[in-house]
Amino acid sequence: MDIQIRKVQKHFGDFTALDGVDLDIASGELIALLGPSGSGKTTLLRVIAGLEFQDHGQILFGGEDVADRAVRERRIGFVFQNYALFRHLSVFENVAFGLRVRKRSERPGESLIRERVLALLDLVQLGGLERRFPAQLSGGQRQRVALARALAIEPRVLLLDEPFGALDARVRKDLRQWLRELHRKTGYTTIFVTHDQEEALELADRVVIMNRGAIEQIGSVDEVYEQPTTPFVFDFLGGTNILPIELRDRRALLGGTEIAGLRDSIRPNGPADLYVRPGDLRLTEGHLPGFEVQVQGVQRTGPIVRVVATYDAARDPLVIELPHLHHDVPRFKPGARLRLRLMQFSVYPRHEPRPPRAPVTQPVLIGRERKRERLG
Amino acid sequence: MTTTLWLPTPAASARRRSRSVIPGFGLTMGFTILYLSLIVLIPLAGVFFKAAGLGWQGLWDVVSSARVLAALKLSFGAALIGAGINAVFGPLVAWVVVRYEFPGKRVLDAIIDLPFALPTAVAGIALTSLYAGNGWIGQYLEPMGIKVAFTPLGVIVACTFIGLPFVVRTLQPVLEDAEKEFEEAAASLGADRWQTITRVILPAILPALLTGFALAFARAVGEYGSIIFIAGNLPMISEIAPLLIIIKLEEFDYGGATAVAATMLVLSFALLLAINLLQAWTRRRHGGRS
Repeated sequence: MDIQIRKVQKHFGDFTALDGVDLDIASGELIALLGPSGSGKTTLLRVIAGLEFQDHGQILFGGEDVADRAVRERRIGFVFQNYALFRHLSVFENVAFGLRVRKRSERPGESLIRERVLALLDLVQLGGLERRFPAQLSGGQRQRVALARALAIEPRVLLLDEPFGALDARVRKDLRQWLRELHRKTGYTTIFVTHDQEEALELADRVVIMNRGAIEQIGSVDEVYEQPTTPFVFDFLGGTNILPIELRDRRALLGGTEIAGLRDSIRPNGPADLYVRPGDLRLTEGHLPGFEVQVQGVQRTGPIVRVVATYDAARDPLVIELPHLHHDVPRFKPGARLRLRLMQFSVYPRHEPRPPRAPVTQPVLIGRERKRERLG
Repeated sequence: MTTTLWLPTPAASARRRSRSVIPGFGLTMGFTILYLSLIVLIPLAGVFFKAAGLGWQGLWDVVSSARVLAALKLSFGAALIGAGINAVFGPLVAWVVVRYEFPGKRVLDAIIDLPFALPTAVAGIALTSLYAGNGWIGQYLEPMGIKVAFTPLGVIVACTFIGLPFVVRTLQPVLEDAEKEFEEAAASLGADRWQTITRVILPAILPALLTGFALAFARAVGEYGSIIFIAGNLPMISEIAPLLIIIKLEEFDYGGATAVAATMLVLSFALLLAINLLQAWTRRRHGGRS
């Protein structure tokens, strides 16, 4: 089922939760709504579900306006953050619930219900646990029961609110893989809400990044990561270093020296902010564009080596990240003066105030070193 | 060498138990038993002791007399009906207070507690003057042929009045706990309002509802002050068992009074135990804890 969202607005008193959201979702897509808390992502999900109603705008399911349809008529599968499993019902009855409440004329027979429920429990790998009660299951198992319960009504769209939020890191990773696989098998149009960029980037076909009730950028994982259209998106998707530069004739100048060249000069000359990820800074030789830094400290966190370095004593230090087996790692010694180049970066016009920064204490592994050069 | 078979002695196992993160079981349990004995068990044992003075035959004669039977039937019957009425409408009141925000909510919340706080005689007089043939409510009911004051119906009204806060107050925290998400989940799965209530909400609050019912019932069986005013106390018709006990005491028939009291005790205990067992059963069935 394809879904169109047109100029949807939602206010809670004075607070604008959704400020004119437009979004097209193709049938069978796996979409992530990503944003910080308060960005409106959960509200958008609940408006699509019919658990909240928009003040303005339209939601179309396969071309049909569902404004007048209550949640129970929309046939959506909703998985709640805390699963909302019925505690007094067994796993079997939880999954069967959506079938049992149907009108008598549409309700499948007992044997058919049994068959369907057991097939679904097999699908979510919980075969044999149908007699358990939710209190007797682990978090990951409850999550999968909630999913099976939502799938039992053959929903037109599957909506998941922070599906892995309440689980520990390891289970979360396993479930992510598993959900991707399940989506491939079943092909339901799926929208999930998350504040974890890693989760969004790993799972989704397309990522919708939201901020303050509006969409900042929609795109494939590659697009949003490699061509973030706004500083907010750049900052939200991972660690960020911001360099205050001067743009002059396709050249980026830091304190008067050229640190990188731009392929085209859409940006007007003048002050700008250059955003570069910690993993996109590498050592270079003297004759290439780059800038000098002094290493302040080196710290290893798992497979990543994090280096803190200053290029100007008056400015915030930079963070550089390298894979721990990288051949340059031994050269990063506290006190060493080294020359860095920018492998990939984005340039945005200087704007005040700066967007809230993601805490730099969260290292984000962004995969292999990219050879490709893409300049803003 | 002899082989000794080591058996955990009670002392050893007790020592192991005491290595708990919450120590003090022995002391607190000892105090609990002492306290229960002083406050509850010894006075009640006195009742049985006194009643035993009559002998089985004497006891039977007192209890099986028509007047005592009628009083017991009224006391327990009216208490059960009153608790039953509260079990239906109490959840509704609790629901409104928990779920909705409206002006005057705090006042309404406080009014629910009034039957707790009001001296029972005041409540009895108020109810009587309302429901008497010339009272505010009674004057409209009388022409319809419904007499409330000075009939068993009046007893039921009083039992309902005093039982309400028990049901509402036991349900409130449970309803607050039953998150809105459960209703939303049921709705998203296609359940209508009625199905949501009967299949999701009621089962979730059932154990608490039983507790509230038991408390309201227990209170109503023992109630005296508010009932005797509205009941009219006609022997065989609207005379409750606690009043009969007083009457027997005033006639210096201590044996008879304690016989009725002992019978009420046994019946109440049996009913409360049954409700408790039912509650444990529903809780187990619903897999509340594992």
